[in-house]
Amino acid sequence: MLDLALDLLITALVIGVALWTIRTRDDFAAIVGFVAYGLLLTLAWARLAAYDVALTEAAIGGGVTGVILLRASVRLKPVTTARTPIGVRVLVGLLCAVISAGLAAVVLLPVSPPPSLAADVRSHLASTGLGNPIAGVLMAYRALDTFLETVVVLLALFGAWSLTPDRAWGGRPGAPIPTASFGPLPLFGRLLIPIGVVIGIYIVWVGADAPGGKFQGATILAAMWILAMMAGLTEAPPIGRWRLRLLLAAGPIVFVAVGVAGIPLAGSFLAYPEALAKPLILLIEVALTLSIAATLGLLVAGPPETAPGTEL
Amino acid sequence: MSLAPIDAATLYGLTGAVLVGIGLYGIVLHEGFIRRLLAFNLLGGGVFLLFGVIARRGAGAGFSGDPVPQALVITGVVVAFCATALAITLIERLAAEDDANDGDGSS
Repeated sequence: MLDLALDLLITALVIGVALWTIRTRDDFAAIVGFVAYGLLLTLAWARLAAYDVALTEAAIGGGVTGVILLRASVRLKPVTTARTPIGVRVLVGLLCAVISAGLAAVVLLPVSPPPSLAADVRSHLASTGLGNPIAGVLMAYRALDTFLETVVVLLALFGAWSLTPDRAWGGRPGAPIPTASFGPLPLFGRLLIPIGVVIGIYIVWVGADAPGGKFQGATILAAMWILAMMAGLTEAPPIGRWRLRLLLAAGPIVFVAVGVAGIPLAGSFLAYPEALAKPLILLIEVALTLSIAATLGLLVAGPPETAPGTEL
Repeated sequence: MSLAPIDAATLYGLTGAVLVGIGLYGIVLHEGFIRRLLAFNLLGGGVFLLFGVIARRGAGAGFSGDPVPQALVITGVVVAFCATALAITLIERLAAEDDANDGDGSS
Protein backbone atom coordinates (compact mmCIF):
# COMPACT_ATOMS: atom_id res chain seq x y z
CA MET A 1 0.00 0.00 0.00
CA LEU A 2 2.79 2.38 1.01
CA ASP A 3 4.65 1.37 -2.15
CA LEU A 4 1.69 2.28 -4.33
CA ALA A 5 1.30 5.62 -2.52
CA LEU A 6 4.98 6.40 -3.17
CA ASP A 7 4.61 5.48 -6.85
CA LEU A 8 1.50 7.66 -7.14
CA LEU A 9 3.39 10.57 -5.56
CA ILE A 10 6.36 10.19 -7.95
CA THR A 11 4.19 9.87 -11.05
CA ALA A 12 2.08 12.90 -10.01
CA LEU A 13 5.28 14.93 -9.50
CA VAL A 14 6.78 13.82 -12.85
CA ILE A 15 3.61 14.79 -14.75
CA GLY A 16 3.22 18.01 -12.77
CA VAL A 17 6.80 19.11 -13.47
CA ALA A 18 6.46 18.16 -17.17
CA LEU A 19 3.29 20.30 -17.45
CA TRP A 20 5.05 23.18 -15.69
CA THR A 21 8.01 22.92 -18.08
CA ILE A 22 5.64 23.22 -21.04
CA ARG A 23 3.28 25.83 -19.57
CA THR A 24 5.64 28.38 -17.99
CA ARG A 25 6.35 31.49 -20.05
CA ASP A 26 9.87 31.93 -18.67
CA ASP A 27 12.60 29.95 -20.52
CA PHE A 28 14.85 29.78 -17.46
CA ALA A 29 12.02 28.41 -15.32
CA ALA A 30 11.38 25.78 -17.99
CA ILE A 31 15.05 24.68 -17.89
CA VAL A 32 14.97 24.41 -14.09
CA GLY A 33 11.76 22.43 -14.44
CA PHE A 34 13.43 20.08 -16.92
CA VAL A 35 16.35 19.39 -14.55
CA ALA A 36 13.83 18.55 -11.80
CA TYR A 37 12.05 16.30 -14.31
CA GLY A 38 15.31 14.40 -14.94
CA LEU A 39 15.86 13.84 -11.22
CA LEU A 40 12.25 12.70 -10.70
CA LEU A 41 12.60 10.26 -13.62
CA THR A 42 15.66 8.87 -11.81
CA LEU A 43 13.37 8.00 -8.90
CA ALA A 44 10.91 6.41 -11.33
CA TRP A 45 13.69 4.23 -12.78
CA ALA A 46 14.80 3.22 -9.29
CA ARG A 47 11.17 2.25 -8.49
CA LEU A 48 11.17 0.09 -11.66
CA ALA A 49 14.29 -1.66 -10.26
CA ALA A 50 16.32 -0.44 -13.27
CA TYR A 51 19.24 0.96 -11.27
CA ASP A 52 21.64 1.14 -14.22
CA VAL A 53 19.15 3.31 -16.11
CA ALA A 54 18.51 5.40 -12.96
CA LEU A 55 22.25 6.16 -12.72
CA THR A 56 22.39 7.08 -16.42
CA GLU A 57 19.32 9.31 -16.16
CA ALA A 58 20.70 11.08 -13.07
CA ALA A 59 24.15 11.62 -14.58
CA ILE A 60 23.28 12.37 -18.21
CA GLY A 61 19.53 12.98 -18.58
CA GLY A 62 19.29 15.39 -15.65
CA GLY A 63 22.85 16.36 -14.80
CA VAL A 64 24.95 17.07 -17.90
CA THR A 65 21.93 18.00 -20.04
CA GLY A 66 20.96 20.49 -17.31
CA VAL A 67 24.42 22.09 -17.29
CA ILE A 68 24.45 22.50 -21.06
CA LEU A 69 20.90 23.95 -21.02
CA LEU A 70 21.93 26.46 -18.35
CA ARG A 71 24.87 27.47 -20.56
CA ALA A 72 22.40 28.22 -23.33
CA SER A 73 19.95 30.03 -21.02
CA VAL A 74 22.45 32.72 -20.00
CA ARG A 75 23.24 33.47 -23.66
CA LEU A 76 19.90 33.32 -25.38
CA LYS A 77 17.53 36.24 -25.20
CA PRO A 78 14.06 35.20 -24.12
CA VAL A 79 11.77 34.72 -27.07
CA THR A 80 8.46 36.52 -26.71
CA THR A 81 5.84 35.06 -28.96
CA ALA A 82 2.18 35.69 -29.46
CA ARG A 83 -0.01 33.10 -27.81
CA THR A 84 -1.47 30.58 -30.23
CA PRO A 85 -5.25 30.95 -30.60
CA ILE A 86 -7.18 28.90 -28.07
CA GLY A 87 -8.92 26.85 -30.77
CA VAL A 88 -5.59 25.62 -32.16
CA ARG A 89 -4.31 24.83 -28.69
CA VAL A 90 -7.37 22.78 -27.85
CA LEU A 91 -7.16 20.91 -31.17
CA VAL A 92 -3.45 20.11 -30.70
CA GLY A 93 -4.14 19.11 -27.11
CA LEU A 94 -6.88 16.72 -28.19
CA LEU A 95 -4.72 15.10 -30.88
CA CYS A 96 -1.85 14.67 -28.40
CA ALA A 97 -4.32 13.18 -25.91
CA VAL A 98 -5.37 10.64 -28.56
CA ILE A 99 -1.72 9.54 -28.94
CA SER A 100 -1.34 9.29 -25.16
CA ALA A 101 -4.56 7.26 -24.98
CA GLY A 102 -3.25 4.88 -27.64
CA LEU A 103 -0.03 4.32 -25.72
CA ALA A 104 -1.99 3.94 -22.47
CA ALA A 105 -4.10 1.23 -24.13
CA VAL A 106 -0.91 -0.67 -25.00
CA VAL A 107 0.19 -0.40 -21.37
CA LEU A 108 -3.21 -1.51 -20.02
CA LEU A 109 -3.66 -4.44 -22.45
CA PRO A 110 -0.31 -6.25 -22.37
CA VAL A 111 0.39 -9.42 -24.34
CA SER A 112 0.61 -12.53 -22.22
CA PRO A 113 3.17 -13.87 -21.49
CA PRO A 114 5.23 -10.66 -21.67
CA PRO A 115 8.06 -10.82 -24.23
CA SER A 116 11.44 -11.18 -22.53
CA LEU A 117 15.00 -12.06 -23.40
CA ALA A 118 15.98 -12.35 -19.74
CA ALA A 119 16.42 -16.13 -19.94
CA ASP A 120 18.70 -15.86 -23.00
CA VAL A 121 20.80 -13.20 -21.28
CA ARG A 122 21.10 -15.43 -18.20
CA SER A 123 22.29 -18.42 -20.23
CA HIS A 124 24.97 -16.45 -22.12
CA LEU A 125 26.14 -14.12 -19.37
CA ALA A 126 28.75 -16.54 -18.03
CA SER A 127 30.67 -16.52 -21.33
CA THR A 128 31.30 -12.77 -21.01
CA GLY A 129 32.84 -13.05 -17.54
CA LEU A 130 30.54 -10.22 -16.37
CA GLY A 131 28.05 -10.31 -13.50
CA ASN A 132 25.90 -7.32 -14.50
CA PRO A 133 23.44 -8.49 -17.18
CA ILE A 134 23.08 -4.97 -18.63
CA ALA A 135 26.85 -4.62 -19.04
CA GLY A 136 26.76 -8.05 -20.72
CA VAL A 137 24.08 -6.91 -23.18
CA LEU A 138 25.89 -3.63 -23.90
CA MET A 139 29.31 -5.20 -24.42
CA ALA A 140 28.42 -8.52 -26.07
CA TYR A 141 24.88 -9.09 -27.39
CA ARG A 142 24.41 -5.47 -28.54
CA ALA A 143 28.07 -4.49 -28.84
CA LEU A 144 27.47 -2.99 -32.28
CA ASP A 145 24.91 -0.57 -30.74
CA THR A 146 27.38 0.44 -28.06
CA PHE A 147 30.16 0.89 -30.61
CA LEU A 148 28.00 3.09 -32.84
CA GLU A 149 26.84 5.01 -29.78
CA THR A 150 30.43 5.95 -28.93
CA VAL A 151 30.84 7.13 -32.53
CA VAL A 152 27.67 9.24 -32.17
CA VAL A 153 29.13 10.90 -29.06
CA LEU A 154 32.24 11.78 -31.05
CA LEU A 155 30.22 12.99 -34.05
CA ALA A 156 28.18 15.30 -31.80
CA LEU A 157 31.45 16.91 -30.68
CA PHE A 158 32.62 17.23 -34.31
CA GLY A 159 29.29 18.88 -35.11
CA ALA A 160 29.63 21.32 -32.19
CA TRP A 161 33.23 22.14 -33.11
CA SER A 162 32.29 22.70 -36.74
CA LEU A 163 30.15 25.65 -35.52
CA THR A 164 33.30 27.43 -34.29
CA PRO A 165 33.61 30.96 -35.77
CA ASP A 166 36.57 31.08 -38.20
CA ARG A 167 38.63 33.47 -36.06
CA ALA A 168 38.40 31.14 -33.03
CA TRP A 169 39.39 27.90 -34.80
CA GLY A 170 42.12 26.10 -32.89
CA GLY A 171 41.37 27.99 -29.68
CA ARG A 172 40.31 26.67 -26.30
CA PRO A 173 36.70 25.41 -26.06
CA GLY A 174 34.06 27.68 -24.59
CA ALA A 175 34.06 31.22 -23.35
CA PRO A 176 37.30 32.20 -21.58
CA ILE A 177 37.22 31.77 -17.79
CA PRO A 178 39.83 33.62 -15.71
CA THR A 179 42.15 31.34 -13.77
CA ALA A 180 41.57 31.52 -10.04
CA SER A 181 43.02 29.89 -6.99
CA PHE A 182 40.96 31.54 -4.24
CA GLY A 183 37.27 31.90 -3.64
CA PRO A 184 34.34 29.58 -3.00
CA LEU A 185 34.30 27.77 -6.36
CA PRO A 186 38.03 26.86 -6.44
CA LEU A 187 37.76 25.71 -2.81
CA PHE A 188 34.66 23.65 -3.63
CA GLY A 189 36.50 22.17 -6.61
CA ARG A 190 39.53 21.22 -4.53
CA LEU A 191 37.33 19.48 -1.97
CA LEU A 192 34.95 17.72 -4.34
CA ILE A 193 37.08 16.76 -7.34
CA PRO A 194 39.28 14.13 -5.59
CA ILE A 195 36.18 12.46 -4.13
CA GLY A 196 34.28 12.69 -7.43
CA VAL A 197 37.15 11.15 -9.41
CA VAL A 198 37.31 8.18 -7.02
CA ILE A 199 33.52 7.71 -7.24
CA GLY A 200 33.62 7.97 -11.06
CA ILE A 201 36.33 5.30 -11.36
CA TYR A 202 34.50 3.10 -8.83
CA ILE A 203 31.24 3.28 -10.83
CA VAL A 204 33.08 2.25 -14.01
CA TRP A 205 34.81 -0.64 -12.24
CA VAL A 206 31.82 -1.94 -10.30
CA GLY A 207 29.69 -1.78 -13.49
CA ALA A 208 30.99 -5.21 -14.51
CA ASP A 209 29.09 -6.89 -11.69
CA ALA A 210 26.66 -4.35 -10.21
CA PRO A 211 24.74 -1.27 -11.37
CA GLY A 212 27.16 1.22 -12.87
CA GLY A 213 29.24 1.31 -16.01
CA LYS A 214 31.39 3.33 -18.31
CA PHE A 215 28.84 5.92 -19.42
CA GLN A 216 27.70 6.70 -15.89
CA GLY A 217 31.24 6.74 -14.47
CA ALA A 218 32.64 8.74 -17.40
CA THR A 219 29.89 11.34 -16.89
CA ILE A 220 30.95 11.81 -13.26
CA LEU A 221 34.60 12.15 -14.37
CA ALA A 222 33.50 14.67 -17.01
CA ALA A 223 31.54 16.60 -14.38
CA MET A 224 34.67 16.84 -12.22
CA TRP A 225 36.65 18.14 -15.22
CA ILE A 226 33.91 20.68 -15.98
CA LEU A 227 33.98 21.83 -12.35
CA ALA A 228 37.77 22.26 -12.54
CA MET A 229 37.40 24.30 -15.74
CA MET A 230 34.54 26.45 -14.40
CA ALA A 231 36.37 27.14 -11.14
CA GLY A 232 39.42 28.31 -13.10
CA LEU A 233 41.62 25.54 -11.67
CA THR A 234 42.53 24.28 -15.15
CA GLU A 235 42.08 25.44 -18.73
CA ALA A 236 40.39 23.50 -21.48
CA PRO A 237 43.00 22.25 -23.99
CA PRO A 238 43.09 23.90 -27.45
CA ILE A 239 41.01 21.82 -29.84
CA GLY A 240 43.82 21.46 -32.38
CA ARG A 241 46.13 19.55 -30.01
CA TRP A 242 46.79 16.11 -31.45
CA ARG A 243 47.09 14.42 -28.05
CA LEU A 244 43.57 15.62 -27.24
CA ARG A 245 42.24 14.31 -30.52
CA LEU A 246 43.92 10.95 -29.92
CA LEU A 247 42.30 10.77 -26.47
CA LEU A 248 38.87 11.52 -27.96
CA ALA A 249 39.24 8.82 -30.62
CA ALA A 250 40.97 6.22 -28.42
CA GLY A 251 37.74 4.56 -27.24
CA PRO A 252 36.16 3.93 -30.65
CA ILE A 253 39.59 2.97 -32.10
CA VAL A 254 40.21 0.33 -29.42
CA PHE A 255 36.62 -0.89 -29.76
CA VAL A 256 36.84 -1.31 -33.54
CA ALA A 257 40.33 -2.89 -33.27
CA VAL A 258 39.05 -5.52 -30.83
CA GLY A 259 36.00 -5.95 -33.04
CA VAL A 260 38.06 -6.61 -36.19
CA ALA A 261 40.38 -8.94 -34.26
CA GLY A 262 37.24 -10.92 -33.39
CA ILE A 263 36.79 -11.92 -37.05
CA PRO A 264 39.82 -14.29 -37.18
CA LEU A 265 39.88 -15.10 -33.43
CA ALA A 266 36.20 -15.68 -32.63
CA GLY A 267 34.48 -15.95 -35.98
CA SER A 268 32.67 -12.63 -36.28
CA PHE A 269 32.97 -8.86 -35.92
CA LEU A 270 32.82 -7.75 -32.26
CA ALA A 271 32.88 -11.35 -30.98
CA TYR A 272 35.31 -12.09 -28.16
CA PRO A 273 37.33 -15.33 -27.77
CA GLU A 274 35.74 -16.81 -24.66
CA ALA A 275 38.94 -17.11 -22.59
CA LEU A 276 39.81 -13.45 -23.25
CA ALA A 277 36.30 -11.96 -23.04
CA LYS A 278 36.66 -10.27 -19.65
CA PRO A 279 40.13 -8.72 -20.23
CA LEU A 280 39.11 -7.49 -23.70
CA ILE A 281 35.87 -5.96 -22.37
CA LEU A 282 37.86 -4.26 -19.59
CA LEU A 283 40.34 -2.87 -22.14
CA ILE A 284 37.49 -1.44 -24.24
CA GLU A 285 35.75 -0.03 -21.18
CA VAL A 286 38.88 1.77 -19.90
CA ALA A 287 39.56 3.34 -23.32
CA LEU A 288 35.90 4.28 -23.74
CA THR A 289 35.69 5.80 -20.26
CA LEU A 290 38.57 8.18 -21.00
CA SER A 291 37.23 9.11 -24.44
CA ILE A 292 33.64 9.60 -23.29
CA ALA A 293 34.65 11.66 -20.26
CA ALA A 294 36.79 13.94 -22.44
CA THR A 295 34.11 14.22 -25.14
CA LEU A 296 31.29 15.01 -22.69
CA GLY A 297 33.41 17.64 -20.95
CA LEU A 298 34.22 19.34 -24.26
CA LEU A 299 30.58 19.15 -25.42
CA VAL A 300 29.53 21.01 -22.27
CA ALA A 301 32.33 23.58 -22.72
CA GLY A 302 31.10 24.23 -26.26
CA PRO A 303 32.99 25.36 -29.38
CA PRO A 304 35.91 27.81 -29.02
CA GLU A 305 34.92 31.48 -28.85
CA THR A 306 38.28 33.23 -28.71
CA ALA A 307 41.19 33.02 -31.15
CA PRO A 308 44.12 30.81 -30.11
CA GLY A 309 46.69 32.69 -28.06
CA THR A 310 44.34 35.51 -27.06
CA GLU A 311 42.94 34.04 -23.86
CA LEU A 312 42.95 35.97 -20.63
CA MET B 1 -5.56 -10.47 -23.53
CA SER B 2 -6.70 -9.10 -20.18
CA LEU B 3 -6.44 -5.82 -18.30
CA ALA B 4 -3.04 -5.24 -16.65
CA PRO B 5 -3.00 -5.24 -12.83
CA ILE B 6 -2.65 -1.81 -11.23
CA ASP B 7 0.94 -2.11 -10.07
CA ALA B 8 4.07 0.05 -10.28
CA ALA B 9 4.82 -0.99 -13.88
CA THR B 10 1.32 -0.06 -15.09
CA LEU B 11 1.43 3.24 -13.20
CA TYR B 12 4.77 4.27 -14.73
CA GLY B 13 3.64 3.04 -18.14
CA LEU B 14 0.61 5.33 -18.00
CA THR B 15 2.91 8.16 -16.88
CA GLY B 16 5.12 7.50 -19.90
CA ALA B 17 2.07 7.65 -22.18
CA VAL B 18 1.00 11.00 -20.67
CA LEU B 19 4.54 12.40 -20.96
CA VAL B 20 4.63 11.57 -24.69
CA GLY B 21 1.44 13.60 -25.16
CA ILE B 22 2.73 16.55 -23.08
CA GLY B 23 6.05 16.61 -24.96
CA LEU B 24 4.36 16.42 -28.36
CA TYR B 25 2.05 19.30 -27.40
CA GLY B 26 5.09 21.44 -26.52
CA ILE B 27 6.97 20.57 -29.73
CA VAL B 28 3.97 21.55 -31.86
CA LEU B 29 2.99 24.76 -30.07
CA HIS B 30 6.19 26.34 -28.78
CA GLU B 31 7.96 28.79 -31.08
CA GLY B 32 11.22 29.18 -29.14
CA PHE B 33 13.85 26.64 -30.21
CA ILE B 34 15.07 25.95 -26.69
CA ARG B 35 11.50 25.25 -25.54
CA ARG B 36 10.94 22.86 -28.41
CA LEU B 37 14.15 21.09 -27.49
CA LEU B 38 12.96 20.75 -23.88
CA ALA B 39 9.62 19.39 -25.10
CA PHE B 40 11.47 16.91 -27.36
CA ASN B 41 13.39 15.68 -24.31
CA LEU B 42 10.18 15.41 -22.24
CA LEU B 43 8.74 13.22 -25.01
CA GLY B 44 11.93 11.14 -25.03
CA GLY B 45 11.69 10.62 -21.27
CA GLY B 46 8.17 9.25 -21.76
CA VAL B 47 9.27 6.83 -24.50
CA PHE B 48 12.13 5.58 -22.31
CA LEU B 49 9.71 5.05 -19.44
CA LEU B 50 7.55 2.85 -21.71
CA PHE B 51 10.67 0.79 -22.42
CA GLY B 52 11.20 0.57 -18.65
CA VAL B 53 7.73 -0.93 -18.25
CA ILE B 54 8.43 -3.52 -20.97
CA ALA B 55 11.67 -4.37 -19.13
CA ARG B 56 9.93 -4.63 -15.74
CA ARG B 57 7.18 -6.90 -17.06
CA GLY B 58 9.82 -9.05 -18.74
CA ALA B 59 11.47 -9.79 -15.38
CA GLY B 60 12.63 -13.36 -15.17
CA ALA B 61 15.59 -15.73 -14.93
CA GLY B 62 16.48 -14.11 -11.59
CA PHE B 63 16.67 -10.58 -13.01
CA SER B 64 14.45 -7.78 -11.75
CA GLY B 65 13.84 -6.72 -15.37
CA ASP B 66 14.62 -7.75 -18.93
CA PRO B 67 18.18 -6.41 -19.40
CA VAL B 68 17.84 -5.89 -23.18
CA PRO B 69 15.33 -2.99 -23.15
CA GLN B 70 17.21 -1.47 -20.20
CA ALA B 71 20.45 -1.52 -22.20
CA LEU B 72 18.60 0.06 -25.15
CA VAL B 73 17.37 2.87 -22.89
CA ILE B 74 20.92 3.54 -21.62
CA THR B 75 22.09 3.85 -25.22
CA GLY B 76 19.06 6.03 -25.97
CA VAL B 77 19.70 8.42 -23.08
CA VAL B 78 23.29 8.96 -24.23
CA VAL B 79 22.29 9.49 -27.87
CA ALA B 80 19.49 11.89 -26.81
CA PHE B 81 22.06 13.88 -24.83
CA CYS B 82 24.37 14.08 -27.87
CA ALA B 83 21.53 15.30 -30.10
CA THR B 84 20.52 17.85 -27.43
CA ALA B 85 24.09 19.13 -27.02
CA LEU B 86 24.49 19.55 -30.78
CA ALA B 87 21.06 21.24 -31.07
CA ILE B 88 21.90 23.69 -28.27
CA THR B 89 25.19 24.62 -29.94
CA LEU B 90 23.31 25.18 -33.21
CA ILE B 91 20.70 27.35 -31.46
CA GLU B 92 23.44 29.42 -29.79
CA ARG B 93 25.24 29.94 -33.08
CA LEU B 94 21.99 30.93 -34.77
CA ALA B 95 21.32 33.49 -32.02
CA ALA B 96 24.88 34.86 -32.37
CA GLU B 97 24.40 35.25 -36.14
CA ASP B 98 21.09 37.05 -35.56
CA ASP B 99 22.75 39.43 -33.08
CA ALA B 100 25.57 40.16 -35.55
CA ASN B 101 23.06 40.91 -38.33
CA ASP B 102 21.04 43.19 -36.04
CA GLY B 103 24.23 45.08 -35.13
CA ASP B 104 24.97 45.80 -38.81
CA GLY B 105 21.56 47.30 -39.25
CA SER B 106 21.40 45.31 -42.49
CA SER B 107 18.54 43.07 -41.54
